[in-house]
Amino acid sequence: MRQPSLARLRRSKTLAFYLFISPWLIGFLALAAGPMIYSFYMSFTEWQVMGSAEWIGLENYERLFFHDPLFWKTMWNTFFYTFLGVPLGLAFGYLLAVLLNQKVKFMGVFRTIFYLPSIVPAVASSLLWVLIFQPEFGLANALLDFIGLPTSRWLLSESMVKPALIIMSLWGVGGGMIIYLAGLQGVPPSLYEAAEIDGAGKWRKFWHITIPMTSHVIFFNLIMGVIGSFQMFTQAYVMSGGGPNYASLFYVLYLYQNAFEFFNMGYASALAWILFVIVLIFTLLQFKFFGKKVYYEYDD
Amino acid sequence: MEERYQANRQIEPVTPGRTPGPIKETRPVFKNHTRQKKLDRLMIYLMLVLLSILFILPFLWMISTSIKTESQAISYPPTLWPAPFDFANYREVFELVPFLQFYWNTIVVTGLTVIGTVASSAIVAYAFARIKGKGRNFWFILLLCTMMLPPQVTMIPVYLIFTELGWVNTFLPLVVPAFLGNAFFIFLLRQFFRAIPKELEESAIIDGCSLFGIFWRIVVPLSKPALITVAILSFMGSWNDFLTPLIYLNDIDKYTLALGLQMFNGQQTMQWGPMMAASTMVIFPLVVLFFIAQKHFIQGIALSGIKG
Repeated sequence: MRQPSLARLRRSKTLAFYLFISPWLIGFLALAAGPMIYSFYMSFTEWQVMGSAEWIGLENYERLFFHDPLFWKTMWNTFFYTFLGVPLGLAFGYLLAVLLNQKVKFMGVFRTIFYLPSIVPAVASSLLWVLIFQPEFGLANALLDFIGLPTSRWLLSESMVKPALIIMSLWGVGGGMIIYLAGLQGVPPSLYEAAEIDGAGKWRKFWHITIPMTSHVIFFNLIMGVIGSFQMFTQAYVMSGGGPNYASLFYVLYLYQNAFEFFNMGYASALAWILFVIVLIFTLLQFKFFGKKVYYEYDD
Repeated sequence: MEERYQANRQIEPVTPGRTPGPIKETRPVFKNHTRQKKLDRLMIYLMLVLLSILFILPFLWMISTSIKTESQAISYPPTLWPAPFDFANYREVFELVPFLQFYWNTIVVTGLTVIGTVASSAIVAYAFARIKGKGRNFWFILLLCTMMLPPQVTMIPVYLIFTELGWVNTFLPLVVPAFLGNAFFIFLLRQFFRAIPKELEESAIIDGCSLFGIFWRIVVPLSKPALITVAILSFMGSWNDFLTPLIYLNDIDKYTLALGLQMFNGQQTMQWGPMMAASTMVIFPLVVLFFIAQKHFIQGIALSGIKG
């Protein structure tokens, strides 16, 4: 066999590489990089879809921060939902995963039951929970009634609509739970055995082995949870439409309304960029505060 | 139960005073330990069962409401067991909306999305895993960056592009992007492909196999678990997607199931029975899929999550 020159081989490899990644490359340029630049430009324009975009400089951003009380309202709603919902979801998902990691019978059945809600389409589960939260005949109030607690108007109540959505999100905690479970199963049993010999009890083992050894999955779920929570849309759109009195108007719902109901494309683009910055800041902050404490089993 | 614990305790050999210090002390601890373990196990079962009931109750509620008459559905206190069973709601779903059409649309969109996602993500991932082209690291870092980009940032310009192309109110905006790869799945598959032994490839090259040949004949058959994972995840993503159809589809006969379900919502009077019957029918294929692919499903999601 004739040996091709090294340079030619390298060139043909590069050509093959670009040929193979061309679907993604096209998608990246046409659906990510290009639109990103364009949306950045649009955020400095006023554009109602009809007619042409008009350059207005920083006006959209100015309006957001200083003249739009709804912007701050959606910010508050989204932060409330995130700061209450994400930690609760993390803790609850972890608890379920720890329970599912015990050696008991029928584990497959239990895993299926806890996981099932998270594969249900968001629209279907939203409609189901609208029924559950019905003030007059819903299951939630019936249960509260049964154990003698005061009932609530849930989705129709300004103070309860966000807690109601958080309760519903806890039902769908199975996705994170599965990831915890995988992390828990990756903890080497020898560590527990060693700790037992040293006389460590259940709680000590949990705090000093289980939690540190699964910190990478907790961290992963934290990051994903915050990103997902900031982008909450379908549930609020279907269940409450942002009401009552804007109490469940979340950030992306407001963005959607601006873009596709009011056709304020420029303003919506500015909203999108603020979201991008917020998500970025939060992700970086989490890496800064928690990133170093995380234990990684396999460091590449 | 308590009696059995007592019995076990007595059977256990107790040897006081005969062995020196440390063992003497560990014996009773060990005895308590087994009893404690049984109690723990009981507690675990209790919590599992209680939580299971809480988790499954909404589903039972949905099915139960779907076979109730309208007056039963809104009666208080609510009853879980409908009497009599009334399947009229299921018929009504098909009369109120073109439900079969929604099903068909969803199958078409989801089918094409799964094919497109798996094929394109796999081939791109192979290049990132194995072909040392110039600039590979640069593009790979960009790929990782796109995973962090909230889709809302690109949503509006992409909408305008598709409007310009005349794709609004067609399935193209739902399907075509799938054929251009998905950053997360590319990343997932790349990690998997990198674990395949290089020797296999090298011997194939000596035998005169092309790069595509290696991909198709060696990498793909060896990566079935990862490819199935990607297929399942993209199936779920597409079957459940709400925002994209909401933005792009206008005609009712083009609606997907997720969008069609929303039609039962927000009317003057809520039709709980038909709504829950439709929800049951939307969830059903997913549950079936879940049971069939359960092993891959959980493993795959764990795999994708851990490495992400």
